[in-house]
Amino acid sequence: MGKNVKVYSTPTCPYCVRVKQFLKDNNVVFQDMDVSVNQAMAAEMISKSGQMGVPVLDIEGTIIVGFDKGRIQQALEI
Amino acid sequence: MDMYDLIIIGAGPAGITAAVYAARKKMRFLMVSKDVGGQAAWSGDIENYTGYQFISGPELVHKFEEHMRTYSIDLKEGEAVSGILGSGDSFTVQTQTSGWQSKTLIICSGKRSRELGVSGEREFRNRGLTYCATCDGPLFSGKDVAVIGGGNSALDAALQMMRIARKVYLINNTAGLEGDAVMREKVAQSPIVTVVNDARVVSVQGEKMVSGLVIDHGGKQRLLGVQGVFVEIGLIPNSEFISGIEKNPLGEIIVDKYNQTSIPGIFAAGDVTDVPEKQIIIAAGEGSKACLSVFRYLAKQSSS
Repeated sequence: MGKNVKVYSTPTCPYCVRVKQFLKDNNVVFQDMDVSVNQAMAAEMISKSGQMGVPVLDIEGTIIVGFDKGRIQQALEI
Repeated sequence: MDMYDLIIIGAGPAGITAAVYAARKKMRFLMVSKDVGGQAAWSGDIENYTGYQFISGPELVHKFEEHMRTYSIDLKEGEAVSGILGSGDSFTVQTQTSGWQSKTLIICSGKRSRELGVSGEREFRNRGLTYCATCDGPLFSGKDVAVIGGGNSALDAALQMMRIARKVYLINNTAGLEGDAVMREKVAQSPIVTVVNDARVVSVQGEKMVSGLVIDHGGKQRLLGVQGVFVEIGLIPNSEFISGIEKNPLGEIIVDKYNQTSIPGIFAAGDVTDVPEKQIIIAAGEGSKACLSVFRYLAKQSSS
């Protein structure tokens, strides 16, 4: 069963690229939120995570900052 | 414990290139790294890597990784090396969770951003203070920001930010900016950028997020209202995990022209070493050279 996954990212951040590749490799469908072009999304990310670093993942309400493989796997149960 | 021929520490341009050579030489080897791509992954535009007139850092790293993955490579990603034990023909590479043994090592752990060491820096990291303008810059569009530093990376950050920020202060602790003349001119011409020379950062201020930066300018303290602080004051080598090896005063591991360090069996390559010039293409070349030296070293060991 697919979980609702959002990735807040910028196109230029290497960990964003890696986190998205990791999700693709694990066949996880996600919404890619490019905060570099959308200020509303950027504000949403900052209010959810309380910080400004990318990437931020929202996995069914669980907020993960950075490419934290262990926590991502746990939240996705993969 | 299994004994490897080679363990490569780090997976930036030097480590990845060493891995490609090691795979082609059919060595029994392992890679241990915190990340893939290292500093190259954080670079903006790259226009001096032969074969690519223009490529971004993340794209070049993707190409490197793709190339490396055409071989079957055992890469332990997300592992920071905490120490190295042993000597002679057996070394143990320790991380928080594991340990591996090898006959030889190539250290290519690269460099990381230098910190300011002022109050507020740790608290506001990722709360308006960042060491990666390339990554986090877009979040500061329309805001007032300060870039700290006076070299090429500070100029690069200022150039990126002057396209999107409302105001950019460039805080430099010397009498004049260093770095490439072309970049200095672009910064000087921008109506958005204010260069403050001979200034020292005192503290980073804010509540939840950064709201200001206190600087000391000619003995007087000034508070600049900024929402973003980009620290670009140079790099330090990731060489603390290895002791008893010769390093220069900057902490760079000293290597000879064969990439051999002061400890037989331990080789090093790329930005963590005292190689003159830190460039992606040089790091890649050094990685290949180090691996070929390891190959010769192992051949000699087994024949003697």
